[in-house]
Amino acid sequence: MSSSNEATVSGPPHAHHWDPVTAYHGSKLGMWLFLATEILLFGVLFTAFAIFRYLYMEEFHHASQYLDWKMGAINTAVLIFSSFTAVLGVDAAQHGDNKKTFRWLCVTVACGFIFLIVKYLEYSHKAHIGLFPFIECNDHAQFCWDSVEFKNEFKMYFGLYYCMTMLHALHVIIGMGILTWALLKAKKNRYSTDYYTPVEMGALYWHLVDLIWIYLFPLLYLVD
Amino acid sequence: MSAHADGDDKNYLNCETTLWSWISTVDHKRIGLMYLFTITAFFIVGGLAALTFRIELFSSGAQFLTPDQYNVLFTLHGAIMIFLFIVPGIPATMGNFLLPLMIGAKDVAFPRLNLLSYYIYVVGAAMALIAIFNPFDYILSGFSAEQAFNPADTGWTFYAPYSVKSGSAVVWMTGAAFVLGFSSILTGLNFIVTVHKLRCPGMTWNRLPVFVWALYATSVIQTLATPVVGMTLVLLIMERVMGVGIFDPSMGGDPVLYEHFFWFYSHPVVYIMVLPAFGVVGEIIPVFSRKPIFGYKMVVYASVAIAAVGFLVWAHHMFTSGISDWTAIYFSVATFGVAIPTAVKVFNWVSTMYKGSISFETPMLYAMAFIFLFMVAGTTGVYLATLAVDVYYHDTYFVVAHFHYTIQGGAVIGLIAALHFWFPKISGKMYNEPVAKLAWFLVFVGFNLTFLPQFVLGMEGMPRRYFDYLPEFQPMHRLSTIGSFINGFGYTFALLNLLYAAVFGRVKAPRNPYNSLSLEWKTASPPSHHNFDEDPEVDDYPYAYGTPVEGGGHH
Amino acid sequence: MSGHDNSEHGELGHIVPFKVYLAVCISLMVLTVITVVVAETVDVGSWNIVVAMLIASVKASLVALFFMHLKFEDPITWLYAGFPIVLLFLLMGGIFLDNPTRMEVKPVEVVDTLKAKE
Repeated sequence: MSSSNEATVSGPPHAHHWDPVTAYHGSKLGMWLFLATEILLFGVLFTAFAIFRYLYMEEFHHASQYLDWKMGAINTAVLIFSSFTAVLGVDAAQHGDNKKTFRWLCVTVACGFIFLIVKYLEYSHKAHIGLFPFIECNDHAQFCWDSVEFKNEFKMYFGLYYCMTMLHALHVIIGMGILTWALLKAKKNRYSTDYYTPVEMGALYWHLVDLIWIYLFPLLYLVD
Repeated sequence: MSAHADGDDKNYLNCETTLWSWISTVDHKRIGLMYLFTITAFFIVGGLAALTFRIELFSSGAQFLTPDQYNVLFTLHGAIMIFLFIVPGIPATMGNFLLPLMIGAKDVAFPRLNLLSYYIYVVGAAMALIAIFNPFDYILSGFSAEQAFNPADTGWTFYAPYSVKSGSAVVWMTGAAFVLGFSSILTGLNFIVTVHKLRCPGMTWNRLPVFVWALYATSVIQTLATPVVGMTLVLLIMERVMGVGIFDPSMGGDPVLYEHFFWFYSHPVVYIMVLPAFGVVGEIIPVFSRKPIFGYKMVVYASVAIAAVGFLVWAHHMFTSGISDWTAIYFSVATFGVAIPTAVKVFNWVSTMYKGSISFETPMLYAMAFIFLFMVAGTTGVYLATLAVDVYYHDTYFVVAHFHYTIQGGAVIGLIAALHFWFPKISGKMYNEPVAKLAWFLVFVGFNLTFLPQFVLGMEGMPRRYFDYLPEFQPMHRLSTIGSFINGFGYTFALLNLLYAAVFGRVKAPRNPYNSLSLEWKTASPPSHHNFDEDPEVDDYPYAYGTPVEGGGHH
Repeated sequence: MSGHDNSEHGELGHIVPFKVYLAVCISLMVLTVITVVVAETVDVGSWNIVVAMLIASVKASLVALFFMHLKFEDPITWLYAGFPIVLLFLLMGGIFLDNPTRMEVKPVEVVDTLKAKE
């Protein structure tokens, strides 16, 4: 089986105590386990959404029409493209090309920014028409979150919408952070054909962010 | 084996002695010890909370607490004991210390992540402390006396909709549980990768110590069940902040949905607590029976089976919550399934002892107490899994007694057993055996005196979490209170005895005081910073005691 | 997708040719368009969500298999990639077993029936 107990360890013994190949595969397994926890983290929200969608189908359908599917579609395309550039970043790192890795990861992070900007536009539109908690009621808005007339089912739909998309946006931000860290290492020429773990881990995380959005988009924006 | 003499050499405890070398350590042994001290502190806090309300319950009628204070105390007892003590419990302390030693590795897979998980635990513990003192309500209310002491009072389960409406301390407590969950996830993830990638040459899956198998099964649950409760608690906080109404029936929500989510984690979490204790007992019994463990494969498969079945039975906590009959029937039937692998384990331990050459040293006494107490827990668990019976027993002291037999009689006794068993390895000293045996006696008698009467109380209809009770219940409650103090003294003696031996003890421990065959005993006591002087290799499983080993079914 | 035939083993991970990545990316974009078009034009009632989720699952599988290199991973990775999905279905299964089959308990009616019997 896999063993890594090389007798000679230089430097801090506990931080680097296994050989590079085992370290790479171990890190990848660890990352997959972490992604598994992320799936379950979102899974709770998906489950809650599913059961309430089942119970309040009409109202959820009605509520979903206040989302702009075009914005959602743009963001889907942006994230898919960013996943593509992320994997090209990994590919470049696998070939030991630090420059290309740096460039592709920069594109990926830029896509993350575009995603967040679109998300911000969507949220601010919701806030404008009053479909947002914490907003004082005013006469211009179409809705008022805290008023008695505001439907409970709408609250539930948009509550779940905000939980899911905000948690997702938080993951986008974290992913951008990880990728920025990884691309700064590329800038310093740290990667070679036998060490590119940070790029691969960052990309795996980023793909998960994409993967979740692939489900969120039709679920929230499209399904009637 | 090594040129160094045991004892005089530099070991992991004295290789560096500054405070910084401890708080910045990535050594799994030191992190295990730091966890041990932290969770013991919370064990004491949670225990004192329990003793306080046991005094209140000594007599019928109000004594010295108000009902609100009583609610706060049992909430603190539950939340602290579960989230801060027993969930990290054996895996984070003994697991951290022993896992790399047992599989012949230098450390866990991600040492820095291991340290991070400890500090995440500390942050979570700090949030729990804020929840206890909850200064913010007091400050925000302009120092009104009503808000001076306003901690969480929902019970450790944070059931909606009350937890949505109760004081703001609930947010801190659930936030703490969320953060502590992350610590738990990182530990579990680390252990899984360690077991997969860092076993020493010859350490095949069929040669892994049963404790490692148990830790592996535990880690899978920790990693995959914890996110569910984490998100649920976030939803609860969102519910309070945004007023979404997911768990509020008056807004079309479903409070039972919260219970589903909560128990989807919190049932498997019972196995996070008790599976490592199974592993500990599985290690101790062959050593002190001088016999190969009976049915090694069945023992380890049972661990994995318990972990798997644990995910299928969660709604048996909810039989009286208004779930549909079909659901209740399924979950009742599935719950009976848990009894099978657990019984397999009990039979295997007993068969291991059968015709063995048993020596009754303290770890063995704890292990045997574990088997007895866990038997009671398991059989009463079957009562509670039975749908019709549970409707009567639900939320009575019968349930309280049942889960204390499981968690205290199982997990805590398992932890204390492990502490005694591996104490020579951890500290390099030997503890005082007669005092340890006396402490064991107090723990065992005190524990049973506390909780056996509670079975009777539950059968007579005493509901749990009640501040006051009818005078008829008083004799049993008095027995229980007396027992709880004996139990508390027992733990105090046991822990002080170990602490005294670790600090002032004169008797140096040899490498292998019990002639165990497991790998962690082949290195010095205490181990060096690098764990092993020479790269370990194994060619057999660690239970080949006695001669000859017939069959050799362990290969 | 003929990625497996053309690909080679890198020193650590698996190296996949560029055209496979490009093909996956294009497929994902096309599937996104299909999702939108189907949702906006075709109406199969309550099957809409099933169709949408099926397309989403195809997309997710493409991302996981090729972008995340799951196709080239060992069984343990497959196990831990699949386990959370199984658990998620369990959780949903338990909740969907419960909620739709719950009886509406109306205490008032129960009391009324009991009174009528007396």
